[in-house]
Amino acid sequence: MNKKTFITPYVLWSTAFIIIPLCMVFYYGFIDDTGAFTLQNILAISSREHQKAFFLSLILSFISTIICLVLAYPLAMLLANMNVNQNSFIVMIFILPMWMNFLLRTLAWQTLLERNGVINSILSVFHLPKLMIINTPYAIILGMVYNFLPFMVLPIYNSLIKIDDSVINAAKDLGANSLQTFLKVILPLSLPGVISGITMVFVPALTTFVISDLLGGSKILLIGNVIEQAFTQASNWQLGSGLSLVLMIFIIVSMIFSAVFDKDGEGNLI
Amino acid sequence: MIRKITSKLYIICIFIFLYAPIATLIVLSFNDSKTRAKWGGFSIKWYIRLFQDEVILQALSNTLILAFSSALIATIIGTIACIAMDGMKKRTRLLLLGIANIPMLNADIVTGISLMLIFITLKSDFGFTTILLAHITFNIPFVILSVMPKIKQLNPSTYEAALDLGASHLQAFFKVVFPDLLPGILTGFLMAFTMSLDDFIITHFTKGPGVDTLSTKIYTEVKKGIKPEMYALSSIIFVAVLLLLLFSNKKNSIRKNKSQTQKIA
Amino acid sequence: MSTKIIDLVNISKSYGNHCVLDKLDLYIRENEFLTLLGPSGCGKTTTLRIIGGFENPDDGKVMFYDSDITHLPPNKRQLNTVFQKYALFTHMNIYENIAFGLKIKNKSQAYIQDKIKYALKLVGLDGFEKRMPDSLSGGQQQRIAIARAIVNEPKILLLDEPLGALDLKLRQDMQYELIRLKNELGITFVYVTHDQEEALTMSDTIVVMNQGYIQQIGTPEDIYNEPENAFVADFIGESNIIPSVMVQDELVEFLGVKWACVDKDFGENTPVDVVIRPEDVLLGSPQGAKMTGVVSHVIFKGVHYEMEVQANGFEWLIHSTKMFSVGEMVGISVDPFNIQIMNKPLSKDEEATIIDE
Repeated sequence: MNKKTFITPYVLWSTAFIIIPLCMVFYYGFIDDTGAFTLQNILAISSREHQKAFFLSLILSFISTIICLVLAYPLAMLLANMNVNQNSFIVMIFILPMWMNFLLRTLAWQTLLERNGVINSILSVFHLPKLMIINTPYAIILGMVYNFLPFMVLPIYNSLIKIDDSVINAAKDLGANSLQTFLKVILPLSLPGVISGITMVFVPALTTFVISDLLGGSKILLIGNVIEQAFTQASNWQLGSGLSLVLMIFIIVSMIFSAVFDKDGEGNLI
Repeated sequence: MIRKITSKLYIICIFIFLYAPIATLIVLSFNDSKTRAKWGGFSIKWYIRLFQDEVILQALSNTLILAFSSALIATIIGTIACIAMDGMKKRTRLLLLGIANIPMLNADIVTGISLMLIFITLKSDFGFTTILLAHITFNIPFVILSVMPKIKQLNPSTYEAALDLGASHLQAFFKVVFPDLLPGILTGFLMAFTMSLDDFIITHFTKGPGVDTLSTKIYTEVKKGIKPEMYALSSIIFVAVLLLLLFSNKKNSIRKNKSQTQKIA
Repeated sequence: MSTKIIDLVNISKSYGNHCVLDKLDLYIRENEFLTLLGPSGCGKTTTLRIIGGFENPDDGKVMFYDSDITHLPPNKRQLNTVFQKYALFTHMNIYENIAFGLKIKNKSQAYIQDKIKYALKLVGLDGFEKRMPDSLSGGQQQRIAIARAIVNEPKILLLDEPLGALDLKLRQDMQYELIRLKNELGITFVYVTHDQEEALTMSDTIVVMNQGYIQQIGTPEDIYNEPENAFVADFIGESNIIPSVMVQDELVEFLGVKWACVDKDFGENTPVDVVIRPEDVLLGSPQGAKMTGVVSHVIFKGVHYEMEVQANGFEWLIHSTKMFSVGEMVGISVDPFNIQIMNKPLSKDEEATIIDE
């Protein structure tokens, strides 16, 4: 049996639906409405409003990633140290929200944060001032952290449980106290998971438009919103593609970053 | 001692953070009044209305059919690809795997717009088919990711033993190799199914005006103003997912206990 | 008598309902090579881990010279461990691995460099400083693990079945290496293994354990030649264990024949077990022999022939360089000195006897 024929469906499919579409993005990114070559779509990123959206996206996704990291690492450590019996059940509890529909989760926060939403209703019962987070960048950060936290916890947890107990015992045997053991042994060995987590949070956060749509109102535009509108509302595929190409540079940089730190592919989700 | 208390407290805080919104939705789904601010009494009318809402039910069925078919087709293409890649030179294999990784590494929005562009160029009608094609595309990497490790773990001796005992290549494959791959194939299928269920962005770019999945329907509804039926839907989905995870967890622990008792015996 | 460097007093340890150690008493002398020997689950690794500080006993004390170190954490104890799976830090190179403990103690760069050079030379891996653990073979990783432990100049080195994952030839080489190392370093070694040959080769003192109890403590020769109960006799080397009756001092009866032996103080007509090593059974002509039998199996083992002889209802195991064929009638004799008398086990658990040395 010729194994080579087996590969054909996949090759055809990926060419048709992965490679060619990507080439089209490149194509549209570099042409104007007449079809002539131009750099204006790429350079559009530097226009005032686009710059604003882009930097806002960068800052918000950066902050969200950091918050996720700070919250997730201790949690992953606590989960990894738990008794094997309780282990899988508790981990499941923390992973469960991830399996719920992404939009519904974001919607949930909208319900909580709204002007007349649940939080404010409870606050007004106690005659406390209302929380006006909705439609501000803070709400978006909250939404990002909420949605992406499990994606940071899981890879870190996976790399932590792979650390053999005897390695930690060896560090203690050689004189290290708990803090030294953590900084010199546990943290470096968990780095592939950390890098993986950062990539799995930063990239989606950078390119999201749903979270900013639902929690930011129509007023806060992230780069994802700009691209989305370019395609669905303005039919300006050239601009949309150009901006996407700029985004892709950031994505590729973070991929290279993660590949350098994670040569063995240990930080994967599975 | 303090350490233990802080640890427990921390876990509880994160737990509350994760579940407060979900709990809110569940509570509100039983709220008789429509507004979120006031509690109007206990009622299950939203659940009833949910099951009567044709549009939502259609979206739900679309979502399930889409998830199942795209996962199935992706599993077939992906598994065959893995088997083919096993015999290839390292370079070619790495190249093909790299291509497979592209949809996973790319932001959903880029994958979405790229697929949108090709469908426009091909002048295809946007509808169920385009969504299906898109879902298969981003599902294949997950299948490959699950099956490839199983292929690497395969013991070539068992295949040769089957041949030695008189089986044809095809028989040897189905009786010996395939059962070993099955866990990976099933995992791949489930992952693809889940990814497809939950997808919004790619579907958003590749659907036509007539077709909706659950995610896109929720999106349009939310922009209009909230329907409490959505809360009822959330609660049902939450319970379904919870039961599913509990079930698979139970199955895993039963299997673990079984092999442990077998070891002792 | 040398000083006691470690004294385990009345140590008990349970995991849930499972009792692993029950009132264990054991002391270790300075500069001896002591091996804890026993099957899986006998408690030897738990004992080692309690000495190392990785487990706390439920009851009892751990004394280091005159100090009570029972609750001292491992990083504060003056001993180091070589782990079964090497436990090298995979994210550091060899140099950094070995330097780890020294850096914690804030030793100077020059000091560390010298120490590492010395350690690598000692284990025969000069020049390996920049290599990564993953690029080393099992045997090399094991030696690095040893180097990493000994640079810290511990008073005691604990070794937890370190040679388990190596192939036979390498294991045998490493056994001699370890003896050489110990002599050069002049420190105490506490070694855990289930391999009795390893224990016999390397140790000054062997502690045979089973089910959490000490079965016998002694030198390799004592343990081999004079096992005190059937468990020890069976675990160490191969043996013929025969139910017998001690008729009186220096006379024992088994398989219907009375034999002269050299043991006393077992009483009169006491049921005992007799153990005779296969190499101590002498085969000869059946005429005039105390007991005769028929050869049932012969296997050539290189160093000797292994033969089985059926005699008086017992299947004797014999090691001899002289060959007898299957079906041949042979006479069996044993030198009285080689008939070892053992008490019948008192209880199911074969409780410990503590020997005064």
